[in-house]
Amino acid sequence: MSGTYLGMPAFPEAAREAVGNTTLRGNLRHATHTIRAKRATAVAEVSDWAELREAGKRIKDHTLRHLDRYLVRLEESVTAAGGVVHWAADADEANEIVTQLVKMTGESEVVKVKSMATQEIGLNEALEAEGIRAYETDLAELIVQLGKDRPSHILVPAIHRNRGEIRDIFAREMSEWGRPAPEGLTDTPAELAEAARVHLREKFLRAKVGISGANFMVAETGTLVVVESEGNGRMCLTLPETLISVVGIEKIVPTWRDLEVFLQTLPRSSTAERMNPYTSTWTGTTGGDGPSTFHLVLLDNGRTDTLADEVGRQALRCIRCSACLNVCPVYERAGGHAYGSVYPGPIGAILSPQLRGTGSEIDASLPYASSLCGACYEVCPVAIDIPEVLVHLRERVVQGGEVTREGNKVVLRPAKGHAAERAAMRAARWAFTHPGALRTGQRTASRTRRFHPRTLPGPGRAWSGTRELPPVPAEPFRDWWQRTRGGKDGDR
Amino acid sequence: MRVALFLTCVNDTLYPDTGRAVVKLLTRLGVDVDFPMAQTCCGQAHYNTGYRHEAEPLARHFSDVFGAYEAIVTPSGSCGAMVRELYPRMGERARAEGRGDTLAATLAPVVPKTYELTEFLVDVLGVTDVGAYYPHKVTYHPTCHGLRGLGLGERPRRLLQAVKGLELAELPGADECCGFGGTFALKNSDVSAAMGADKVRNAESTGAEVLCAADNSCLMHIGGTMARLRTGMRPVHIAEILASTEEEPVV
Repeated sequence: MSGTYLGMPAFPEAAREAVGNTTLRGNLRHATHTIRAKRATAVAEVSDWAELREAGKRIKDHTLRHLDRYLVRLEESVTAAGGVVHWAADADEANEIVTQLVKMTGESEVVKVKSMATQEIGLNEALEAEGIRAYETDLAELIVQLGKDRPSHILVPAIHRNRGEIRDIFAREMSEWGRPAPEGLTDTPAELAEAARVHLREKFLRAKVGISGANFMVAETGTLVVVESEGNGRMCLTLPETLISVVGIEKIVPTWRDLEVFLQTLPRSSTAERMNPYTSTWTGTTGGDGPSTFHLVLLDNGRTDTLADEVGRQALRCIRCSACLNVCPVYERAGGHAYGSVYPGPIGAILSPQLRGTGSEIDASLPYASSLCGACYEVCPVAIDIPEVLVHLRERVVQGGEVTREGNKVVLRPAKGHAAERAAMRAARWAFTHPGALRTGQRTASRTRRFHPRTLPGPGRAWSGTRELPPVPAEPFRDWWQRTRGGKDGDR
Repeated sequence: MRVALFLTCVNDTLYPDTGRAVVKLLTRLGVDVDFPMAQTCCGQAHYNTGYRHEAEPLARHFSDVFGAYEAIVTPSGSCGAMVRELYPRMGERARAEGRGDTLAATLAPVVPKTYELTEFLVDVLGVTDVGAYYPHKVTYHPTCHGLRGLGLGERPRRLLQAVKGLELAELPGADECCGFGGTFALKNSDVSAAMGADKVRNAESTGAEVLCAADNSCLMHIGGTMARLRTGMRPVHIAEILASTEEEPVV
């Protein structure tokens, strides 16, 4: 993935700052709780939600199982419709393809539809390095771009900002990028939206090249689909002469008919809308209407490696609705930046260590960024068992094992820094398979209870720093049971 | 009916009162309770931290100890979920790794016979009024693995509502995790502590004297937070409330 996040500290350190930032926690709590409640209502309205969820899961699983076949079909359909298909194995290759395509148009600026794939590969930075300026046109992405910030949520990249902060960013930065913010801009939503609208309108009307992602690609017709709320995406998709779409290979569905499932589950899960305000579809090029040149860049970037893992592959079902982020108690406290990736929250915790591997400190810590409460699995509209994948990736971190990287099977060694834990787990396993040893340990703990410290050393310090330790009882249960046979000897 | 009590290693070592309460309650309801002395731990901490291979011998041991019983009852939603939800998965993984059906076959007998306490009371014994008396204002926290892993649903609340003298206060944000999560509390201690503090604040807002749950691990974390924040609330396991009677009250 993008180099933007290299050198991120492990999740617990990155989260510490956010936990202590009361403004951030307030912003996140307010936003996630609002959308959480709305989503629940929107989902409860649908009588066959469980069936839709199962259908979405099955369509995605079927497609992933036959991905090679459907991708070839898609390439044929797109080509027949007048588009050009490019294959990119990784981020560098995708960036290189897009940069060359833009250069061939002779343009030095592009307008962008909000897209996770281009965030993932760091396309804006790659274009910038080649002297091409990319303008984000989604309101939240615009806020992030103007604030020289990073997105912290899949759907609402600026969720960590409140209105006052957004006003300050607009007033300070807009002139740098085009039309300045109006004098005396306040923090009312209508004024902020109007300032963004006027600022962006100039970009839409001037740009000759648009860059997008896609929520879905239909193999049978070669159609790409973007669902959005603002309509800015549609402006980027229809006004420029050249359109370049960068899409992850897992976004494919076999037929047009399959969209019926996802166009119901995605908006309700993401924005809690029955239907999103704008659904744009484009199929190659059409004379006299829309872009006259269309390029589709199909992005792998770790996806076929992920597909090779039979437990982890379910992460590729994700339709990027972000329902899991909005219900996650860990995301709510830690904030999106702590995840060190454009994919934060529970889905990010299973997707990033698979797409990037578990080699870095941040990626090795992400599988542990969860209490395994299961709320994410419960809301996922394609039934990704996120806790199952988290535990599977934890196993990969502590025990190593065989994985696929760049198409080759490699055997990972256990990650560093788990030696003491591994020893403790082995010791505990030994004690638990020898009941006598467990009993001796319990008795020792009970007999020495008066001397137990109120704070713990080592990793236990984290516990006793914020919580009182439970007192050790005078007699473990099994001793009481043996002494009384369950109270039958009179001692209750 | 003769059932085996699987008390769990945490309860056995740190919360023997919960075990005594389960014995008292089930005996009162006419159940013959046995406590197999060879029992230890279900392996959940190992499994969930990524040490599946260390958890396997523990699961085998569990099956050896409990396999012959008619029913296995445990006062822990998360250990119950470990057996019912994750033992079959461990069997499947072993099979996928080319190790055959041995593990799956060893673990299969205990899976359908393992019940969390409130599930056993409501589904197997068919009671919701267990004849308990507990004159306190109580709020109930449904722990994650009981709620989502086992699908306990309304069973614990129905049991509490039938307790004489008990006033049940609704907990705001009840289905949000308390932040324990086993080794999560150590590995992500800042986030865990923040989650715990929010849970305790929500509990305090109900004006209840007692926060009740069906899992002592979560109660250890919540109770430890309550004590540190000096709330004056007490954590109590549901078994102890259900075991309490007018003749023999549990304070």
